[in-house]
Order: sequence, then C-alpha cells, then structure tokens
Amino acid sequence: MGTATEALKSFKGYNLKKRLPLEEPLAPGHRACQGCGEVLALRQVMKAIGNNVVVASATGCMEIITSPWPQTAWRVPWIHVAFENAAAVASGVEVGYKALIRKGKIKDEKTVFMAVAGDGGTADIGIQALSGALERGHNFVYLCVDNEAYMNTGIQRSSSTPYGAMTTTSPPGKKSIGQRTWKKDMPGIAAAHHIPYVATGSPAYPVDLMNKARKAAMVEGPAYLHVYSPCCTGWRLAPELSIEAARLAVETLVFPLYEVIDGRWVLSKSIKKPKPVSEYLKPQRRFRHLTEDDIATIQAEVNKRWEELLARVAQDGGEPAKEESPETE
Amino acid sequence: MAKRVAMEVSIALSEAVKQANVDVIAAYPITPQTHIVEHLSELVADGELDAEFVPVESEHSAMSSCVGAAAAGARTFTATSSQGLALMVEILFITSALRLPVVMAMANRAMSGPISIWNDHSDIMLARETGWIQTVAENGQEVYDLIFHAYRVAEDHGVLLPIIVNMDGFTLSHVVESIEIFDQDVVDRYLKSYEPVLRLDPKNPITMGPVGMPEVYTEAKKAQDEALKASRPVILQAWKEFGDLCGRYYKPVETYRTEDAETILVTMGSIGETAMTAVDNLREKGEKVGVARVRLYRPFPMREIVETLQGAKRVGVVDRHMAFGANQGPLAMEICSSFYYAAQRPFVYNFIAGLGGRDVTVENFEEMVSDLESLESGKFSEFYKIINVRE
Amino acid sequence: MAKEIGAISWKDLPPGTAILEPGSSSKLKTGDWRSMHPVTDYECCIKCGFCYIYCPDMVYSRNEEGFFVQDYFYCKGCGICAHECPKDCITMVEDGSDG
Repeated sequence: MGTATEALKSFKGYNLKKRLPLEEPLAPGHRACQGCGEVLALRQVMKAIGNNVVVASATGCMEIITSPWPQTAWRVPWIHVAFENAAAVASGVEVGYKALIRKGKIKDEKTVFMAVAGDGGTADIGIQALSGALERGHNFVYLCVDNEAYMNTGIQRSSSTPYGAMTTTSPPGKKSIGQRTWKKDMPGIAAAHHIPYVATGSPAYPVDLMNKARKAAMVEGPAYLHVYSPCCTGWRLAPELSIEAARLAVETLVFPLYEVIDGRWVLSKSIKKPKPVSEYLKPQRRFRHLTEDDIATIQAEVNKRWEELLARVAQDGGEPAKEESPETE
Repeated sequence: MAKRVAMEVSIALSEAVKQANVDVIAAYPITPQTHIVEHLSELVADGELDAEFVPVESEHSAMSSCVGAAAAGARTFTATSSQGLALMVEILFITSALRLPVVMAMANRAMSGPISIWNDHSDIMLARETGWIQTVAENGQEVYDLIFHAYRVAEDHGVLLPIIVNMDGFTLSHVVESIEIFDQDVVDRYLKSYEPVLRLDPKNPITMGPVGMPEVYTEAKKAQDEALKASRPVILQAWKEFGDLCGRYYKPVETYRTEDAETILVTMGSIGETAMTAVDNLREKGEKVGVARVRLYRPFPMREIVETLQGAKRVGVVDRHMAFGANQGPLAMEICSSFYYAAQRPFVYNFIAGLGGRDVTVENFEEMVSDLESLESGKFSEFYKIINVRE
Repeated sequence: MAKEIGAISWKDLPPGTAILEPGSSSKLKTGDWRSMHPVTDYECCIKCGFCYIYCPDMVYSRNEEGFFVQDYFYCKGCGICAHECPKDCITMVEDGSDG
C-alpha cells in the first residue's frame, strides 16, 4: 500500500486565479437542461483530467446530452456501450492499451482511462461491473455523477435517492413518504475494495473537485470519484440554485467532502457549525411533502453518518490537510 | 509446416488463439467452455501468450471488456456457452453495430430451463439476431482452423464484424482428437496483425456509440446489413486461401454424397459426422441418401443450400433447438424460405433432435430418412417432429 | 438541412455510426433556449473566476485583462453565474430588452 500517497507527492493544486485549467474536453452546445449541476460537475472534472484521456460512458443523462447523432460534445475519444458496463468497457480499453503498448504496437503516452456513469449506472445496474473493475485493480478513474435518481428516464428512484425524496417510483402519497430507504454509501463501498484513491466532490467546491480529479488521474490503479450533482429538473429546483444546493449539501453535512487515500480517511472540509438539514431540504420541491418529524429523522441520520465519518477520520489521525481545503473564503 | 498432435479440442482452440497472438482475452468460465479459458490463463501465466487475461466478473462484462479492448485497437477473444451467451447478448448487438472484430468461441450448450450443461444449439439460435458472423465446426481440426479464419475475416477492412466460432459443447470441446497444429510461420503468413480502421485515440478523438436518432437508425442498420452481406465474398476468399495454405478447403455448406441423392439430410455441427455414417449404411442398402452440413450459418448460405438441395426429392432438416410457437425449427424455416420463390423445391421436413445433450444416433438418422418417405406422401398437421422423445 | 441533422445516406455513415468530428455539438446554438441572459458590471468585478467555473455551458472565457466575458451563443440563461457572483456584479436581463 501507500502507492497513492507516493504518487501524490508531486501533486499541485488548482487555483481559480493563478492555476486555472483552461482546457475544455467537453464542448458547449450539449443538450443538458439549463442549470444542470451534473454537466457542470463533469465539465470541471474533465478540465482537470485534460485531453489525454479515453472515456467510457454509461447510458444516462451525460451520455445522452453529449452524443446526439450527428453531434458530439466530446473533444476526447469516447465510447458508449450500455447502461451497466461503463467500468467493464473502461477495463477493456485499459487492458487493450496495456497490451498494445507492451507489444510495441503503440507508444505509451500515459493516457488516462475513465469511466463515467450516473448513480443508476454505478450503484444499481452498474455495481457489479464497478466492483469487478475495482477488484481487478485496473488503472482507471471512475466518475460517478450522482443526481440521486434515474433522471434521464424520467426521475425514477435509485439506491442513491435520499430518504424522503419524491421520485416517480417513490412518490409520496397517502401511504408513503417517498423514498423509504437511506442513500447507499457508494464511496464507502468503493473504499471497501481497498483501492488507492476514493473521493467525494461537489461542483460547488470546484477547486477541491478539480484537485481530486487530478489526483485520481495521477494515482496508479483504480480511483473512485463520487460527485454530487444537483438536478434542477428532477429535484424541482430553480436552475440558478444548482450550486447553492450543492453547497448546502456540504454545509448541512448531507454530503461530506472527504478522501480515502491508501485506506486513510481524510476530511476535505471540516464543518465547524453545520447548518440544519432543513435549509438544504426546503428549496427542493422533491422534499416539499416532508413533515417536521421526517426532517428530524433525516437530521438524526445525517448526524449519525457524520459522526461515523469523523470517527474514521480521527482513527486515521486526520485533520483536513491544509492544501485540501476548498478555495471559498 | 505443421505437426499432428492428439489434444483435447478446447486445448487446440486455445492454441489457435495463442498462435493468433491475441492482445486481450476477457472471459468468464461456464461449463463446457472452461477448458478454453483455463488453458488460455496458463498460456498467459507462463508467458507463452503475450496477452492481457481479464478474469471478468460476468459474461456481460466479458463482452463489454472485449468491446472496450477492440475499440482501443486490440485483437480480442472470448468464449462462452448458453447462459453466458444469454447474459452477454445485449452487448453482442452493440459489438456488431460498432463494427468491432471480436472473435468468440461458443461451446454450444442448451439454454435453461431446466438447467442443462449439455450440448444443443439454442445458444447459436439466440445469437443469430445479433449481426455476428457465425461458423460451425464439426470436428477438432475445424475448430482449430476456423479460429484463424475468423480473425482473418473479422479484421478485414471490408468486413469489420465480430464472429462466433461454434463447437458442440462436450461432444467436441472435451474430446481428444488428432489435430494438425501449424508452425507459427504458417499462421503468420495467413494472419497479419490487426490494423483498426477506427480506434479510441486521444490524437484522433472520435465518438463511438452515439444516440441513434430516428434520422439515422435505419441507415445505420442498412449499413450493418450491407456489411454482413459484403462479408460473404471475404469469407469465401479467406477459406480459399486457407485451403491453398494447408490443403483443407472449407465451404459454406459441406456436402457428402449429395450429388445424386434423392434424400438429403441437413445438419449443423458434430452430428454431421454421425449422419455421414448413416448415409454410408443406407447407401449400402441401395438408398440414394446424402447429407449437407451447414458450416456458415450467418450470413445464411442460401445459394449453396439451394444448389445442394434442389435436385433432391426430399430433405430432412435437423434442428437442435426448440423454437417454441414457431412453425418449425429455425434452420428448417430458413431452408424452406430459401426455396419459397424457386420454381422447383424438394419436400422439406423438420426433425428436432439432440436437445440438451441427447445423442443423435445413426439409427435416429435412418429413422428420419424413412420418416421422410412416409411424410412426403402422407398428411401431417405439424411441420416438425421431435426425434427420440419418450412419449 | 438534412446533413445538419445527420439525415444522410447509409453509404456516408462512418463505420459503427461513429462521429468523427470532435466537439461538433458546438454548432448548436443552445442560446436559443433562454429567455434571460447575464450581464456583468465590470466596474465591480473582482476577476474571481466563479462565473467561469460555475457555468455548465462554457459561456465565459478570460480576456487579456483577466475579466471573464460572455459569449452568449450557448448561454441557456440558467442564472447560476448571477446567483453565485460573490460581489453581485451579474444581473439577469430579459432577452430582447436593452442590456
């Protein structure tokens, strides 16, 4: 172990003023909804990854909005195969390159291999392929852009949908509060594969996110990025509030920002005075039906998971390292 | 040039894959294909084959990884059977649509349920919708030979389509046969390295697998259909050149004593050899019988089927697959349709045999021939008969 | 028109219906989708870069002076930039009105 720590010694962080990555591997003209937090997260990640990459995408919003024949928003090599196999396709690309390089058929340009999928293509239908790829130790970056439901097919629930959220297959009603189960801990599942690098990120903290994307690319072996992606359409949120929702998710502890580097849990942002979870829930009409009791239940679980995270971080001797803390002053 | 070795057919297949110098193997074990993946693992582990062996976690990921590797420009291989094929079949449609020359060996096995590990052709029939080229071997030598032919055809720039090489599970995969193994330089003369037309390369970034808007989907399917049709001359030429190399000339439909036959049986796969024995027995008794064995299943060799069968009075087509709710088994239906517009056609009847590993014997074939004679003149309400079923 | 929407002969399709021109989505004027657009008061702008990095549609670019300027061709009028600007320098203005 220790391979990520070793690789990251030469890591240099981004900065909006002095070290702003200007590449746009993703082109404008894509068909995302106005205010889409997911395409913004993808854009930020791709800027940090750069152009020397091969991307395998799962079926989902990001695939559909970037590749409507005859146009493509991808300025880098990209392949879409199916919904549940982004990790398997990326595995294949990675070993293909590995073999061709070793056999002298192509040069080693240190290309990054990437899989991109939503929460559906990661936590549900795609979880098998992801687990297999992580276990086999392929050298690739897996990006999960999590908008907390199967948005592209019309806002159906996923295992990443938060408790109490309205989706079309977990609608609130006389006999239901909406989603009955708690959000699956995908970063935790990824970390349980003992891969070199796991991180959570949010487009509201772009420097933190871009840093993590760069680190994921630098690390040898599997790297898993779980990025919170507000969806105005599915969450019934005003488009201009996308980033604010992503920020509130962090400030209310709903979506903590952290890394797991060689199995060591490191908090990216320590929230000394967390805001109440109701501030996060209220602007999103997908939570409109919740009662004060429901909100209290959510608050209790959020607190519980945060304490668990803090305990793991403390166990690993962590304070958030200075260069990790996001840029927003 | 070559040396004759006794080896298990699965091993011979793996040796062919090794000699084809594949770059990536992504496969998941399933009876009766396991010896292929096991032997390939050994070859890679011992450095005899310089390839990436990816022990994927399911067949769906096996085909998905093959797609990724082929799209990256690598020569890829996988193998499966029935249930595994069913699990990956979603991706098979995409492999051919993306025009990626993946080669897959299928150790033909019955589809569940009930679960059966034994040999029949239900997996071939499931795959036939997917746009893959399919060839069928009858013996170990053919299995070995067809692998080289597969890469040669698949990677041809005028084809760029994936290929399944079929061999009967257990009946072929697990038997030891005497096989002529080429010297490597012979293989290298026949098979050049894979030069992809399109690949995933940051220096030339393309998008593979975009959304097929209604404006393009029909044209995309037509392009694929034309590619499959265009593969036929390449398949034939590749067989000719293979024959020139080693003296074994393969044809889309192999014939045995059909030239003056009044009754012709049509088989696919290893039972063809048993049928040939039955033909010899019946010929001894003065019956003018022959057997036609389908070697190229997709694209369907209609021309050769018609040429071979048109002179016969009656044809018994053996299907090793129950096509529920259909008039007949798939091979029989396709042969009937081949003759629909012809001025003259033989009497064709369908025998379903050899399901789930049930042996098809010389006696079964003799029974089919006598059945044909009575069916031809009699009345029947069903167009197929299951042979050797306990009533 | 037919070529723009990809309605071409099957003979002209690249193998596998691949798209060979990278970033060709940039031909689509997603700016047609909006009803409002952001206008920046550069007197107040501190060149922090948040409008640039928070735009899902890559509307902003940095000019020689370090200010972030809009190219409205793609702007969908989502309003994130205006909402997030730490100095409130960006105002959403209705399309068709002055500004």
